[in-house]
Amino acid sequence: MTFALLLIALVLLGSAAAAMLSRNLIHSALLLVGAWAGIAAFYLWAGAEFVAFAQVLVYVGAVSMVVLFAVLLTRQGATAAPVEFDSYQRLVGSLIAAGGVGGVLLGAIFGTPLDVPAAPSPAALTVRQLGLQLMGQHGAALLIVGVILTVALLGAIVIAAVDQPEDPAP
Amino acid sequence: MSVVATDSFLERAPLVFRDWIVGHFPVALQWLVHHLLSITAILTVFGLFFAFTTIAERKLLARVQNRLGPNRSGLPWFRSLKLWGLTQPFADAIKAITKEDIVPAVADKVLHFLAPVVIVAFSLLGFAVLPFGRHLIPVELDAAILYFFAAGTATELAIFMAGWGSRNKYSLLAAMRALAQLISYELPLILSVVPVILVTGTLSTGKIVLDQGFWTWGFLPHWHVFTPWGFAGFLIFLVAALAESNRSPFDLPEAESELIAGHLTEYSGFKYALFFMAEYFGLTALSGLGITVFLGGWQAPCAFLEFIPSWLWFMGKLAGMIVFFIWIRGTLLRLRIDQLTRLSWQFLVPLALLNLGNAAFWSLTSGWTGPLAFARWGISVAIVIVPFLLLGRRLTAGYAPRTYRYAA
Repeated sequence: MTFALLLIALVLLGSAAAAMLSRNLIHSALLLVGAWAGIAAFYLWAGAEFVAFAQVLVYVGAVSMVVLFAVLLTRQGATAAPVEFDSYQRLVGSLIAAGGVGGVLLGAIFGTPLDVPAAPSPAALTVRQLGLQLMGQHGAALLIVGVILTVALLGAIVIAAVDQPEDPAP
Repeated sequence: MSVVATDSFLERAPLVFRDWIVGHFPVALQWLVHHLLSITAILTVFGLFFAFTTIAERKLLARVQNRLGPNRSGLPWFRSLKLWGLTQPFADAIKAITKEDIVPAVADKVLHFLAPVVIVAFSLLGFAVLPFGRHLIPVELDAAILYFFAAGTATELAIFMAGWGSRNKYSLLAAMRALAQLISYELPLILSVVPVILVTGTLSTGKIVLDQGFWTWGFLPHWHVFTPWGFAGFLIFLVAALAESNRSPFDLPEAESELIAGHLTEYSGFKYALFFMAEYFGLTALSGLGITVFLGGWQAPCAFLEFIPSWLWFMGKLAGMIVFFIWIRGTLLRLRIDQLTRLSWQFLVPLALLNLGNAAFWSLTSGWTGPLAFARWGISVAIVIVPFLLLGRRLTAGYAPRTYRYAA
């Protein structure tokens, strides 16, 4: 079982790293899809079937399309974009954003009690129980996550779009 | 999947045969052999089904167009035996394998190679959760419907890979159009299945079929298609399934008269055949899902016909669906891209959402009996028909009646 986990982690981190390093934006996007599929494989390994299939449906199916459309519709011509920062303001901004997200994630990871109980794990949840939980107790959270996803995608388009005057001055 | 001894022999035969083969292997390997046998069975049955779908399609289309269709290929060494050209698919397979495989010099070699592999692999995954018979379901999953749609999403990626990797403007253009089409129709497709999940309260395909296994007075089956919301859902599902599998009248991605062959332009030989195969596998799997969800799966239409094994019923219904799709292809004209997207977003999606509310009404009023049952049916039928008429009228306003100025 541990071997399978290592294999999944290797594929996941490998494709994520390759996506960061690739000079070709389309290759990066497709490798990112590979990383998302790796996350789904990890969920399957952990026994969370429902989450794994939802991950594939949402990320590999839908979000990947948004990414590819965004790349093709916002880049005129070359898809092999230079990866350099264009101003210090932008560099500082990106560092602050990355640091903030990293801080929140690390805080969540370290704040979670990770001591595995020795008692046998409870029986796997059925989809029915999961659905009732999601729609009842955590309904608001589900809606907020949806809104955040939409905002993130819109933000990505706004950042990537190049504002050009409609007509060059005669 | 326990075999019940009371079932007829034909019902149990596939399982008995499988257990007999598995029994020859050591216990440690039995799970592996068990699954490999399921995979082999799916590949063999649906590979052959694909082969004969192609010949059926060519023959039926020929009949629709008042031609004869392929009738020449016979058997080697038995020249006098023609068999109505039924060996044509095997001749086609040999032709596809022996043809030259051409890769454009500037193409993205990896993506160009990967696209047909990915599309065939993922189009086959859907078969894993379809209940082909009373005891014949390759993998019993709690979230089977979700799995089915998740497996289907990789098709879009593969089409994009093919279009972009070919480094051809026609290919890329067609791939983008294909993506727009697939995304537009994914929504009505999934929304048309959701009412069934709402009413049955399960995502498992096996349980959805069991839920439809009753008869009123022994001959009126309780299939979902025979309820108002189920009928509307089934029609939306049919249209969306046609569009999802790139079939005429929604075959714009391929559109050989406008875009050469779309994302298939730069593919030749066996890779082209793989795309072709994936298209038919996708159509077959979607038909199988439609049968499972709306047409009672492997259930017999009448109680006294139950002596026919359940897997034969499933395959019969599947063949019926495929012939229906071929008939549609021979009848309807291809849509324009704007008509296509408008049909989905302005017509099918609102109707599917209303249908979801209809199913909610249906499951809330399940206790209505006597005269109230008639009210339940009436209200449900009204929820289907009134928005259909209103939306249809509004969308076609200004287009009809058509005037023929020159062809009077």
